[in-house]
Amino acid sequence: MSESHIVSKGRVLRYSFHERFIHWMAGLSYIYLLLTGLAFWSPWLFWLAVLFGGGTIARELHPWIGLIFVVAVFLMYRMWAVQMHENAVDKQWWDSIGHYIRNEDKEVPTAGRFNGGQKLLFWGFFWCGILLFLSGLVLWFPHWIPWNLRFLRLLAVIIHPAAALITIGLFIIHVYMGTLMERGAFGSVIRGDVSAEWAKRYHGIWYDQVTRENSPRK
Amino acid sequence: MSQANLEVRAISGHAGSVPGAGLKREFEVCKLIDTTTCIGCKACEVACLEWNGYSFSETVFNNSYQTMPNTEWNYWNLIRFNEHEDKDHGMMLLMRKDQCMHCQEPGCLEACPADGAIVQYVNGIVDFQQENCIGCGYCMSGCPFNIPKFSPESRKVFKCTLCVDRVSAGLEPACIKSCPTGCLHFGTKEDMRFLAEKRAKQLRDISGFQDAGVYDPSGVAGTHVIYVLHDAKNPERYGGLPANPTIPWTVKLWKHPLKWLGNLAIVGGVLGVAIHYLRFGPKVVEGDDEKLTPTPKPGQEPGPGGKR
Repeated sequence: MSESHIVSKGRVLRYSFHERFIHWMAGLSYIYLLLTGLAFWSPWLFWLAVLFGGGTIARELHPWIGLIFVVAVFLMYRMWAVQMHENAVDKQWWDSIGHYIRNEDKEVPTAGRFNGGQKLLFWGFFWCGILLFLSGLVLWFPHWIPWNLRFLRLLAVIIHPAAALITIGLFIIHVYMGTLMERGAFGSVIRGDVSAEWAKRYHGIWYDQVTRENSPRK
Repeated sequence: MSQANLEVRAISGHAGSVPGAGLKREFEVCKLIDTTTCIGCKACEVACLEWNGYSFSETVFNNSYQTMPNTEWNYWNLIRFNEHEDKDHGMMLLMRKDQCMHCQEPGCLEACPADGAIVQYVNGIVDFQQENCIGCGYCMSGCPFNIPKFSPESRKVFKCTLCVDRVSAGLEPACIKSCPTGCLHFGTKEDMRFLAEKRAKQLRDISGFQDAGVYDPSGVAGTHVIYVLHDAKNPERYGGLPANPTIPWTVKLWKHPLKWLGNLAIVGGVLGVAIHYLRFGPKVVEGDDEKLTPTPKPGQEPGPGGKR
């Protein structure tokens, strides 16, 4: 990260264009997968398939959009995996999760670039992404699986929705926190920057790092 | 295939009750296949193709009398052939007419997510409606008999209809009509069951097949195609007929407990975050110049980050 993190007075660059692009590549493909997947999940939601051109088209496109999602998750892994390793700060953060939930933010230890919750989200999507990809390949081409390897199809039938449900849980919390709960977070993934105050409060260790990196160039 | 004019018992992927269910009673129909009198002439294979309008497929020779290894999307009826060396009866040529079993509890219908793609009639016929099929192939995973087959050209799944078009017009299925030995019978489930038991008893008492019996597996609540076997204790010998076919447990787990758990979790999750927002509201950083944060009115304290 060679570019300066100081965007303007009082603003800090949180996510580069590269990061924002990959985030939305994953985000938009996930929303398509979620809505068409829910159509196949329950007869009561099959009408969702109609919004995407009907059941046949949704079934045809779901795996292809799934590939885009898998590529995005892979790129995220390459980009963020190193920064997502759990450390002692995250343990302290998890210990004060109750304060975090009750918005008693002064009681919550400040975090590095990503806090414990964000790391959980990342690894949850990463591992579920792998399960969804592998089971999805089997479900994409069921007619290529010979009868004596039928157990693969039967496993895929249960693993795919189970892993999807875990991601749905993570997704609900992620979207809620990114839009309604954590003011400024949504802007950070659209425009890329956050206020210095926001960065100091929630990601103080990271803020100190980026401001120190930039200070000699003043 | 066309929607036949029959009473419907169950519809795949359908929200709510079955429209018009229970309007009138119907006999349950049944095909009886007596493997002990089948000579493997394959007239039923030809009749099936002719009636359903498919052209002849290339046969596959793999040192067997069988036309091809498995049924295909456009080849619904296949005589499975196995040689069996029996200690009492010497070399036996086992012929089994393989096709959809029309289960009373069909795994294909259970697994199917597309509204109306699979319909089960009150008379027991399980019929695929290709115009509603989305080609996902879940039926192939739900079936314990390896019957539904995917057509790569139309990207839909096909299988034996039990000649629903003929049956609804009061005719017997094409395969039954073509059988020269009389090893195929068609009638009500009750009558066929009676006939099958009578034949099995004859095999036991007169022909010396002590283990002869009727194959009407209870794991899928019985089928609308039943077999008389010389050896009902070893159905696998007859071209891999499963001894105890059931809907796969992963399909049941997915369609029942996981579905309810998942629905609860999704609704609970959405409600949970909504209640959190009402109770605790957004996180607000003091001195933050974010445009999204509520600006405190002049003269008031800055918005608290804590409880509201």
